[in-house]
Amino acid sequence: MEKMPKWADVVLIPVISLLLATILSALVILAIGEDPIEAVNLMVTGALGSTYGWGYTLYYATNFIFTGLAVAVAFHARLFNIGGEGQAMLGGLGVAIVCLSVPWPHWTIALLAACAASMIFGAAWAAIPAYLQAKRGSHIVITTIMFNFIAAAFLNYMLVNVMRPQGSQDPATARFPEAVHLPTFQSMFSSAENIVFRGAPANISFFVAILACFVVWALIWRTRLGYEIRAYGHSETGAVYAGISPVRITIIAMLISGALAGLMAINNVMGEAERLVLNATEGAGFIGIAVALMGRSHPFGVFLAALLFGFLYQGGAELALWTSIPRELIVVIQALVILFTGALDNMVRMPLEKLFMALRKGSA
Amino acid sequence: MDFFLTLIQVLDSTIRLATPLLLACLAGLYSERAGIFDIGLEGKMLMSAFFSAAVAAVTGSVWLGLLAGIAASLVLSALHGFASITFRGNQLISGVAINFLASGMTVLVAQSWFKQGGRTPSLFGEGRFESAEFPYAIGPEDAELTGRPVSELMSDTNALHMAYSELLSGHSILVYVAFLMVPLTWWILFRTRFGLRLRAVGENPAAVDTAGVSVVGLRYAAVAICGVLCGIAGAYLATALQAGFVKEMTAGRGFIALAALIFAKWRPWHAMWACLLFGLLQAVALRFQNIDLGGVVIPVQVMDALPYILTVVILAGFVGKAIPPRAGGEPYVKER
Repeated sequence: MEKMPKWADVVLIPVISLLLATILSALVILAIGEDPIEAVNLMVTGALGSTYGWGYTLYYATNFIFTGLAVAVAFHARLFNIGGEGQAMLGGLGVAIVCLSVPWPHWTIALLAACAASMIFGAAWAAIPAYLQAKRGSHIVITTIMFNFIAAAFLNYMLVNVMRPQGSQDPATARFPEAVHLPTFQSMFSSAENIVFRGAPANISFFVAILACFVVWALIWRTRLGYEIRAYGHSETGAVYAGISPVRITIIAMLISGALAGLMAINNVMGEAERLVLNATEGAGFIGIAVALMGRSHPFGVFLAALLFGFLYQGGAELALWTSIPRELIVVIQALVILFTGALDNMVRMPLEKLFMALRKGSA
Repeated sequence: MDFFLTLIQVLDSTIRLATPLLLACLAGLYSERAGIFDIGLEGKMLMSAFFSAAVAAVTGSVWLGLLAGIAASLVLSALHGFASITFRGNQLISGVAINFLASGMTVLVAQSWFKQGGRTPSLFGEGRFESAEFPYAIGPEDAELTGRPVSELMSDTNALHMAYSELLSGHSILVYVAFLMVPLTWWILFRTRFGLRLRAVGENPAAVDTAGVSVVGLRYAAVAICGVLCGIAGAYLATALQAGFVKEMTAGRGFIALAALIFAKWRPWHAMWACLLFGLLQAVALRFQNIDLGGVVIPVQVMDALPYILTVVILAGFVGKAIPPRAGGEPYVKER
């Protein structure tokens, strides 16, 4: 017998956890001597009050959809991929190599090639931890953490010693040629008399991210492979009994996860910076963890959670601009969301389960 | 002599840089031996670094700073225990949350208290841990007396005296504490009843429970010890190694400590050698940048990445097998 109705598990628990995180965040803002209601107002107008704000919110959300999906796919196989950050960095390297080495005639072809390259690079970076987990039992959490640091050092080396244009002091690649610049929301939605999304970085990658949500949904719930991944995640022994190979599922799930994290690079590297810089990922790989936890590892949940975090990111930047609250406030909120929706899940779940059991007894 | 002096100086800075790693590594050792994975070492160190520097800056007393740092780290430990022992949540996710919490809160509070862009005021005098001068060692005092720089005095003396002055003498008290913690930890874990129970609870908690010993109590004790040691590590960073807190000053040390712990296969003496090795890598990277080995240049980034690469190799089981405590990461559910 189910302890709780499904809607409570999918909607009620995340909403309560989010509420707790919000209350604590408000207390934090109060404690540093600022007005939480004023802060929320500023965040809402800054992130959602103009097409410019929306342009940034959706740009950040695009990053978080990719990294959130990456963590979510791994979660379905009961694997915790903390390596999204490193995989996204490597994805950026793939994008930079593709954009700089081939004279692309048009951005459409370049985008397809960049998608492929970023996915291959991201998947390759996830492949070694995946192999070590599957074949040698090395804990994937530790190896992916280590691979984040190795990726940072590797990227640092590539940018400083190999890909930096001659005469430049900046550890970054050359600018990508004009032909591979992706259309931004400004160029896509503005008319001659009404210019919207002016100067905001949101670009066509947002639609790639939405497409990725559908693909992941179909993969997890409508294919044989997805079924095997979920079965393996539910019970390893059960999966083995059904003839599913743990080695194969571990490696495939991690490759998909790494590819999704790598795919983020088409947004931040190709769409926004138009060159590869140090620390291009800006922690988006880690936010994927919060997004996946909050979204209950479902692509639609991930989409909503990514929008929320996009709003927090842009709103937080606006707060830092207009008040003395530093941008790090969003890191605190992010931590609280991870804490309540992830680690303290049982704190919310246990009393609720008791409540529903009592209600059921009462009605029966 | 010049080469020897350089060598001694690199080893000296190895000891300084290995100290926070060692403290954090031993902290992780207690926690993980009791079956609680802790990837929040980094966050606890960072939190302690800030509060120790902040309190030392305000009160002017480094000892009060140390206490505040330990207290701040213990609060995060309690949170970790609460989430992973009491509510049987995912220990890894809790660790991730703690790291972010520390990374955000330190800057937020620093900005609110000191308004210096997320740092504390610089510490001086009583606000910092002084380095201890051993008898007959060459130190800043001799330099003042003779009016010559320390390095000049060093090159005049013999090798043994030089090593004594640089390596044994001249560190802050926390360095000696850290290295004394190694035999103490070994003794506690392998020679006391508490240590036996602690290790048992990380291998087979059900057996400990059957013997009538509280699994929850032991695990909370281990997590608390972990908090104290992380607190000392953070205070060392902010009040001894450097003079004040700056944003993200732990710079991945908590993860290097975690790497060292795996490298050492969860054993105290090996942990010390692993931390010294990783400290040496940091010291060399700090001093030489790119190293030229007769035509083959080793870029500085290789030094940065080497601890992590070595850990992955160890984890992969190519050099012996790293087997974590058996019940690590598993919440204990008492049977009814």
